[in-house]
Amino acid sequence: MEGADLAVKVLSTWLTLVVGLIVLPSAFGLSLGISEFYMKILVKTLEVSAAEGCIIQRDESPMEKGLSGLRGRVFELSDVFYFSKKGLEAIVEDEVTQRFSSEELVSWNLLTRTNVNFQYISPKLTMVWVLGVLIRYCFLLPLRVTLAFIGISLLIIGTTLVGQLPDSRIKNWLSELVHLTCCRICVRSLSGTIHYHNKQYRPQKGGICVANHTSPIDVLILTTDGCYAMVGQVHGGLMGIIQRAMVKACPHVWFERSEMKDRHLVTKRLREHVADKKKLPILIFPEGTCINNTSVMMFKKGSFEIGGTIYPVAIKYNPQFGDAFWNSSKYGMVSYLLRIMTSWAIVCDVWYMPPMTREEGEDAVQFANRVKSAIAVQGGLTELPWDGGLKRAKVKDTFKEEQQKNYSKMIVGNGSPNLELD
Amino acid sequence: MGSRSSHAALIPDVDHIRRETGFSQASLLRLYHRFQALDREEKGYLSRLDLQQIGALAVNPLGDRIIDSFFPNGSQRVDFAGFARVLAHFRPVDEEDATIRDPKQPEPLNSRMNKLRFAFQLYDLDRDGKISRNEMLQVLRLMVGVQVTDEQLESITDRTVQEADEDGDGAVSFMEFTKSLEKMNIEQKMSIRILK
Repeated sequence: MEGADLAVKVLSTWLTLVVGLIVLPSAFGLSLGISEFYMKILVKTLEVSAAEGCIIQRDESPMEKGLSGLRGRVFELSDVFYFSKKGLEAIVEDEVTQRFSSEELVSWNLLTRTNVNFQYISPKLTMVWVLGVLIRYCFLLPLRVTLAFIGISLLIIGTTLVGQLPDSRIKNWLSELVHLTCCRICVRSLSGTIHYHNKQYRPQKGGICVANHTSPIDVLILTTDGCYAMVGQVHGGLMGIIQRAMVKACPHVWFERSEMKDRHLVTKRLREHVADKKKLPILIFPEGTCINNTSVMMFKKGSFEIGGTIYPVAIKYNPQFGDAFWNSSKYGMVSYLLRIMTSWAIVCDVWYMPPMTREEGEDAVQFANRVKSAIAVQGGLTELPWDGGLKRAKVKDTFKEEQQKNYSKMIVGNGSPNLELD
Repeated sequence: MGSRSSHAALIPDVDHIRRETGFSQASLLRLYHRFQALDREEKGYLSRLDLQQIGALAVNPLGDRIIDSFFPNGSQRVDFAGFARVLAHFRPVDEEDATIRDPKQPEPLNSRMNKLRFAFQLYDLDRDGKISRNEMLQVLRLMVGVQVTDEQLESITDRTVQEADEDGDGAVSFMEFTKSLEKMNIEQKMSIRILK
């Protein structure tokens, strides 16, 4: 019986500590400084070796230089060299697959999963790594799982309770409180440190919040600082329960899978939501899929056709502490969450940006590109014209046409070929 | 990256490939990682589709031709040895290669001649050793897309063939091809440097 008693005692002390030190302060939006302390130690510990970067030395000269061209030069047999070299370079190392594999770190952060290129590890480093594994799996992981459990349960219970109330200002206030508290707890469960910049531009009611997408955690990160109406598909399982509970307390926009295919229906419902100025701002991720947080891919124009004010937000994770990117074709949700919970921490910056609206004579695609550039610049991410769907699909021909256009301009000029008369 | 190892010893036939291609152990390792990354289904070889998934290659006007060079003789699969062999053409020319080389050994894959041969076979689809006027036209059409009219393209083709063709047979043989490019710095234009 002693063993059982001891176990119960340990468990209850553990729970009290957790609740007292983490859950309660989160409810009031306070911080005891434990996380900050942890982060300081972490940063100091992570001073390690080897710089590995790209595989090949790239010659990024534009087509004109690569073809030793001045405008109006003629076709040479050797022109094929330029394209073949570019082609082979792409085969050895290309931007897109780089974007979709996790950002390569300059130095190793003691997580095996990021140790792709470092081959030799000294014994001292190995010892530190073993210690790290122990801390992460035996101490941090149970702690985080506990917190996550508490957070999600509170969310479901809280929103269901608040959902029982009649519509009123108090209901809205309570629902916000429940959302914020549970989100803060969940963020703690990931050892998340988030810096919000430019809070004055935080999305307002009746607007649309647009952000770059790296992982499902993005949602958590944004809702910790404000309440949003989510848009998305109705899922089954745990996600479904959470979704159904949340929608009782506050009007989110969930679609059945069949409805998602009907673009007009989707746009119509979103328009209705935006038109009601009392409703919370909608949160949308226009890339359509998770990108690895080093670049921003093409924004699908659908979100930009709804109208209303767009509030762009840039989210940038610090890969030093843990890679937040979810490669959905490689990892399922559960293994992804486990990876996150056994990383050191999730550190990210969130920049709110001044609102944008569609200008006269701008179509949805141009507007989308404008917003995309703004987000990329703010977050320090590179812009790629590729579709995020490229991860799974083939490329559109328009990009090939652009290259062909450039080349044609060089050898043919404005339609009159530059021929040497014999 | 779970089951993937980072040991050169696990590359099949690594010594043979090293001798044939001239790549260093470290370079081969990096290329092997890349090969494995492209081989998403872990088949052990690459198919045309695997290479077509590379975005930057799919929009390259000569993308299909380049992919074809990995699949000689109608094969549909390329293993790592074949992959490295093609890439070896683009290995930069070192000073050492010229001096150490045993004259009885076959020419290294990244010699000037072999680089030119690689470029030549991008043109010469039917592998008859000559670039016919038609083959030249086809490559040009690939590079310009729909931006240029047939007449313009034919004039450019005729001019180019005429300039290079010495024996007057209306086609450009490999020798004529190399002669017309003898002043070009092939070594620099067709080299990709792999970082250590």
